[in-house]
Amino acid sequence: MRRGQIKPGSLMSDDSATLVCRNLWKVFGARATEAFSTAGGDAARLAALGLVPAVRAVDLSVRRGEIFVIMGLSGSGKSTLVRLMSRLIEPTAGQVLFNGQDLLTATEAEMTQIRRHKMGMVFQHFALLPHLTVLENVAFPLDVQGVARADREARAREMIALVGLAGREGAYPRQLSGGQQQRVGIARSLAVEPELWFLDEPFSALDPLIRRELQDEFIRLQSRLQKTIIFITHDFDETIRLADRIAIMKDGQIEQIGTPQDLVLHPATDYVRAFTGAVAKAKVARLASLVTPGPVPEGLALLPARATVAEAGQAFLDGQVQVGVEENGRPIGTVAREDVIRLLLGGEA
Amino acid sequence: MIGAGSLPAVAEHSRLIWGLALALAVALWLWGQTFLPFAFDYPKSAQIPAARWIGGAITWLVKEAAIGPIAFADLTRAFSALIDGPYQSALGLLADGVQRQEAGQTLQLVPPLSWLAVIAIMALFAHWAGGAGLAALVAGCFVFVAIFGHWHATMVTLASIVVAVPLGVVGGLGLGILAWRHPWFDRALRPVLDLMQTMPVFAYLVPILILFGFGPTAAVIATLIYATPPMTRITTLALSRVPSETHDLATMVGCTPRQRLWRVLVPSAREPLLVGVNQVIMLSLNMVIIASMIGAGGLGFEVLNALRRLDFGTGLEAGLAIVALAIALDRLSQAIAHRSAGAAPKRGVARHTYLLAALAFALGTGLIGLILPAVQTYPEAAELSTSPFWAALVEWINITFFDTLEAVKNAILTWILMPAKRFLLGLPWLGVVALLGFAGWRLGGLRLGLLCSGLSFLIAATGQWEKAMITVYLCGISTLIAMAIGLPIAIWVAERDRWWTVTRLVIDTLQTLPSFVYLMPIVMLFRVGDFTAMIAVVAYAVVASVRYTVLGLQGVDPRLIEAGRAMGCTPWQILTRMRLKLALPEIILGLNQTIMFALSMLVITALVGTRDLGQDVYIALTKANPGNGLVAGLAIAFIAIIADRLLSAAARSAREKLGLEGAT
Ligand SMILES: Nc1ncnc2c1ncn2[C@@H]1O[C@H](COP(=O)(O)OP(=O)(O)OP(=O)(O)O)[C@@H](O)[C@H]1O
Ligand SMILES: [Mg+2]
Repeated sequence: MRRGQIKPGSLMSDDSATLVCRNLWKVFGARATEAFSTAGGDAARLAALGLVPAVRAVDLSVRRGEIFVIMGLSGSGKSTLVRLMSRLIEPTAGQVLFNGQDLLTATEAEMTQIRRHKMGMVFQHFALLPHLTVLENVAFPLDVQGVARADREARAREMIALVGLAGREGAYPRQLSGGQQQRVGIARSLAVEPELWFLDEPFSALDPLIRRELQDEFIRLQSRLQKTIIFITHDFDETIRLADRIAIMKDGQIEQIGTPQDLVLHPATDYVRAFTGAVAKAKVARLASLVTPGPVPEGLALLPARATVAEAGQAFLDGQVQVGVEENGRPIGTVAREDVIRLLLGGEA
Repeated sequence: MIGAGSLPAVAEHSRLIWGLALALAVALWLWGQTFLPFAFDYPKSAQIPAARWIGGAITWLVKEAAIGPIAFADLTRAFSALIDGPYQSALGLLADGVQRQEAGQTLQLVPPLSWLAVIAIMALFAHWAGGAGLAALVAGCFVFVAIFGHWHATMVTLASIVVAVPLGVVGGLGLGILAWRHPWFDRALRPVLDLMQTMPVFAYLVPILILFGFGPTAAVIATLIYATPPMTRITTLALSRVPSETHDLATMVGCTPRQRLWRVLVPSAREPLLVGVNQVIMLSLNMVIIASMIGAGGLGFEVLNALRRLDFGTGLEAGLAIVALAIALDRLSQAIAHRSAGAAPKRGVARHTYLLAALAFALGTGLIGLILPAVQTYPEAAELSTSPFWAALVEWINITFFDTLEAVKNAILTWILMPAKRFLLGLPWLGVVALLGFAGWRLGGLRLGLLCSGLSFLIAATGQWEKAMITVYLCGISTLIAMAIGLPIAIWVAERDRWWTVTRLVIDTLQTLPSFVYLMPIVMLFRVGDFTAMIAVVAYAVVASVRYTVLGLQGVDPRLIEAGRAMGCTPWQILTRMRLKLALPEIILGLNQTIMFALSMLVITALVGTRDLGQDVYIALTKANPGNGLVAGLAIAFIAIIADRLLSAAARSAREKLGLEGAT
């Protein structure tokens, strides 16, 4: 049934996993739980009962400090999945482990504490409170916890400066542009120093230029903060720019989980192939995948193994036949020009 | 459900059924008199003595009902005290000051706020909320009131508004939140709200009078019953419209249930809620005149008094004073709504500066007023009155056009009103009940059918059939005439922006004018009777027919009109085949509103001597007979509900046929 590339071991809630989902299901509709226990995971039978299986048998684990992107077309169940992970809605079946604790058995009070201190969420349509200023909006999660005014405002100012809105603290949401509003949303979600950061299509409501700008901002923030991030999008370019790992969803199921390079170079299903087909492989393939291990001759340019092939292209322009590759400062091998050209022209790596 | 009537076979079928039902009804009407006499006159022996029951129940409530040691009368007394305290303070502050009765004389210990202080405070408030323009408007409204000599009455009215509005807002908000939280409460509340809004106010004046006694307290309670339902509805609606992301936000930041409601949901729904507050203010002002019948005093009392004396000028001025108050409070509340929505730019002046200025004005003018009376109360010598002018004008019209007016009146009476009345009174109640049930069933299903025939049966069974038919006749003819006037106007202005702007201004003004003001000139020209009532109702109701028709016509997709033009339709064809047809749902809604307006006005026309249910309600009021008043009031409410449900169902099925309505 599972077609992803995850090795069995990685599903265990090992130390590096912040959030783990096991066989997670969400079926919408009247009396869904009973119907699910009789019909099981048979999508056709569920549909015949007028039920919508929005998330089906999802297994995944999100590692500490990574950007985990969930992507899929509209209606594929992405939002439902994050809402299950934060237990905004109750799953029909399955488990969600956060730092090894089963969220589904946590009491309401425990959940409130976890959400207050460990989770942050950024919303597609910002969800700013219209009656509060920027400062009050960002301080709101702390206010709800009962943090003293001076402390919470100091923290909020810090966050506002972090997202580049210093000076606009007194403005109301409606006086800000969409991009600025989402910066406020980001600042607010960071105010409680969450361990796990959810972003549900945070940039979808923005126009392309602003989107690009906020993506850069986001990358800059993450390089400083090193949060564990679950990021939802339906934009593949965005995915490739941001993701450490990607889960591709279709009709509530996960088609494949892997690094951008994995998905482009080794699509597990036709759906993933169609999805990733339009992407120039050179943009995702890393030099590491083309390297011939061995000693690096003196005088060759050294490029990092993490660089994409497209980035490496420059180095061949002045007629070189090969370049050296280094990882963590140590030379590990060379990459030949023919291999790079073959990949750029669309052949297999 | 019918809905799928576009198929020819189904349409044929449906027409056949309608024809059959109508034929049966006509047969009953023509030949039933001999075979089924009881179908024409509801048998007295089978009548439900509802009026007596209700009267008995209320007497019991007042005299005997008790929960444990607390008598019901104590409860009402406690409730009165709750309202009376704030009311007396507001009245003292605005109108009367602190007085003491001593040896038959009234000693003025502390004067109320001077008229200059009130105007200044209102203007400062307006300036804070909306800037200099608003301040000028609000001050202008109050100066107008002072110049025409209605200052004291206006302050009395303002005092009751100041008490009623916060109570109505808090009560409406509370009920609305409960209904939003608990669906069962919502289901129970909805029909009650429907009834509160369709029942003529007169009907519950009497029970209130009996429970709370004659006076401002009773008036405030009546106002609350009238003004709270929209706030409740808007609250429920606004809360359910809060986007789901905002709910998620509340959960994710870990709000407690109370924090979620008061810190996230209610503030997010603030804009519609402020519309609700505005509604409460406007409806409270609508009630001013009627409330004065049970002791509110103030401007309402002046209008009523002028009406009794047929002093059109004074009545008009007092009516305009109500309008001025309404405009000032309306704009002020809207400005506050905008301001709190964060739209207003920050101004340098701090809030306490405004407060200090207001205080300084109050004290300053108060002290100066002790020496210069003109500062304390607006000098009588400077008051204006247009009363003689209006009296002269009406007299002149009466003398010059008496014959013409009489001829018009008589023609309409003999050729339209009388025959219609005779026809409706001759109908068998059984046939009407059955036909209404049939119409309900065809338009909206079995439940609607049962509702229509059930309610109309109750009207017959409580012995009010004849009066109800007179109501229907007056209301029906007025509605037809209002539509006949309104439709062409609407068609004319819908496409001409400049005309529409002017028309809208006129109908907005007409609607804020208290309905009583319409009555006076008409009574003076035509004296009391059905014809006068009809004209008053038409004048009041025509507004709704214009407004909704224009709405419908302007909503028609312009691309369709273009397509029609491209196909070579003449303007007439475009109008009749496309625009009117597509606007049909709104036109039906407009018809519905016109009927509602007509019914509410009809009760008021009872003051000028019609013989319908409105008259019953009014007589019950003067005789303090709660049973009769409530039963007649309920009958009017039933008529309103039947008309409303049937027409709404018709509008819905029209929309379905035009393909304008999807899953909703
Ligand atoms: N509360 C609900 N009740 C019933 N069905 C629902 C509900 N919420 C979502 N669904 C259904 O579940 C499916 C997945 O919805 P979801 O919102 O998770 O999609 P998505 O991938 O986030 O799409 P988008 O990109 O449009 O946000 C859809 O078919 C949707 O209609
Ligand atoms: Mg979504």
